[in-house]
Amino acid sequence: MSKSDTHISRYRELALVLLALLFLTLLSVLITELHFGALSVFVALTVASVKVFIVLLYFMHLKFESLLLRLLVGMVFVLYGLIIIVTFIDYFFR
Amino acid sequence: MNNQPGDGYISYLDYQGKHRGILSWLLSTDHKRIGLMYLYAVIIFFFVAAFLGLAMRIEKMAPGPDIMDAQTYNGIFTIHGVIMVFIIVIPGISAIFGNFFLPIMIGARDVAFPKLNLFSWYLYITGAVLGVLSQFAGDGPPDTGWTFYVPYSAESATNVIYALTAAFILGFSSILTGLNFIVTIHRMRAPGMTWFRMPLFPWSLYATAWIQVLATPIVGITLLMVIAERTLNIGFFDPALGGDPLLFQHLFWIYSHPAVYIMILPAMGIVTEIFPTFSQKPVFGYGAIVISSIAIAAVGYFVWGHHMFTSGMSYWSRWFFSFLTFIVAIPSAIKVFNWVSTMYGGAIDLKPPLLYAISFIFLFMIGGFTGLALGSLATNVHLHDTDFVVAHFHYIIFGGMGFAFFAGIHYWYPKIYGRMYSNRIANIAWGILFAGFNLLYFPLFIIGIQGMPRRYFDYLPQFTTGQVISSIGAFILISGLILMTANLIYHRKRGAIAPANPWKGVTLEWLIPSPPPHENFVEIPEIKHKPYLFAKTEPKE
Repeated sequence: MSKSDTHISRYRELALVLLALLFLTLLSVLITELHFGALSVFVALTVASVKVFIVLLYFMHLKFESLLLRLLVGMVFVLYGLIIIVTFIDYFFR
Repeated sequence: MNNQPGDGYISYLDYQGKHRGILSWLLSTDHKRIGLMYLYAVIIFFFVAAFLGLAMRIEKMAPGPDIMDAQTYNGIFTIHGVIMVFIIVIPGISAIFGNFFLPIMIGARDVAFPKLNLFSWYLYITGAVLGVLSQFAGDGPPDTGWTFYVPYSAESATNVIYALTAAFILGFSSILTGLNFIVTIHRMRAPGMTWFRMPLFPWSLYATAWIQVLATPIVGITLLMVIAERTLNIGFFDPALGGDPLLFQHLFWIYSHPAVYIMILPAMGIVTEIFPTFSQKPVFGYGAIVISSIAIAAVGYFVWGHHMFTSGMSYWSRWFFSFLTFIVAIPSAIKVFNWVSTMYGGAIDLKPPLLYAISFIFLFMIGGFTGLALGSLATNVHLHDTDFVVAHFHYIIFGGMGFAFFAGIHYWYPKIYGRMYSNRIANIAWGILFAGFNLLYFPLFIIGIQGMPRRYFDYLPQFTTGQVISSIGAFILISGLILMTANLIYHRKRGAIAPANPWKGVTLEWLIPSPPPHENFVEIPEIKHKPYLFAKTEPKE
């Protein structure tokens, strides 16, 4: 088997990611004041999802991993998406 | 490669690390010792749950209350289910044989995270003890059944929270073991061991580990939601509080159906190792078995609704889940064809491991075919919540996972302990077990079709014959279990010394001494060909 090269992130890169996460946290607090109505949950979840992806890519090093590992993590999201869709098939057609 | 015992050979059983005595086990991070600690815990809990099952069968030997009242019966079938499912069959094969043999079979010295592995065992023990404590502490044994269905589990005055917390903790143990195995398989395979040179037991553990990691958190959070509903009155599932009781069933089965594959996939992995060895022939359809394992794991995620056909779920959902239930039978059937074809034309040596493996196929197929009757929408309405389901489930889990586990322990026992058990006693025990098993569970199919509901402590007189035969089968089964276990325990220290390779196996565990040395290999082997190449087989790339 082959071992992937270990990527060592620079402090500057990590600091920028931290700032981005702090900004998005602030944003998720601020948007509660904007009253998006029915879209409130959607907008909040979108911001949270962006944060998740940043953490996955940079703090969990997914950006620097092999295609196989990225596909495996992608598969997890597809799986959870499908599970939610299948559950809602019952909810909407019951 | 030289991995034969040399002057410095010390088996993992005799190895002295930093600690002495019992601490050298309780604080050991050696994957083999941790595997054995799981084995001993599982055996103890298994006999507790088996005797609870026997108590239920004694109660049902005659109509009316015999040795217990209805509430006690409810508590006993609940804890029987909780112990058997969460403490034995879900972790069983992965945690015991996976821990012991995965690193060896892929040519590694240990799992990727040995300390996390030991931590998983402690979590497991904590959850298991809490599950048993739920029977004795507080407000009486939980009476919800192992499925904890709401609204009853949110309202029952019994110790439901203890049992829920126990299942939650056991789930964490399962997740950590799965994570450990995924990383181990990705990162620690021996040089030259490509994915398709990996033996099939590790492949089955890999497919299982993904289910453990991805599905278990869902049931974890679901159980916490029931606790929140009971303690904080938050309306997740109670319609009176704005909740949806079917949501619980969805969330519970999103985990608990794939959990059936957590139980059965490693079992399939074990018999897939046994058939080539005892036929001295390469496994038939290596690629098909790998792909069918992954297909079972993947499609198995989307059949959970077949537990809910009579729950009031939407028509389209029922249609969808029924269809996929039939689809998942295909990869399972592919495996059966592969196992039979592996034996075809081979030099079959009918030793105890093969006897158990063959009976695995027989019993698993009965369980599988009756599963199709349950997966069909129309027949499910008639059979739902009858003893037919109990029989089907036990044929899959006990006849499948249980017999594969027995096959595995008889297969790897010489490697684990360096001793041989008595083949003759093992064969007799197998005969008693096989007869007792079928006598116990097959009548339940018949009285189930006739309308005997499951989880009832009493029954109408017309079901007496079936119930009595089943109870007699339970006594025979227990006798077989005791004889089998006694044979293994007795020969642990008194059996003939086992050679390194008593069955002429060709996977890596048979190339090292019995019992294995502390770090498995003197030299990490380099893998140059596919697995399962026996003497007459030409190596292929």
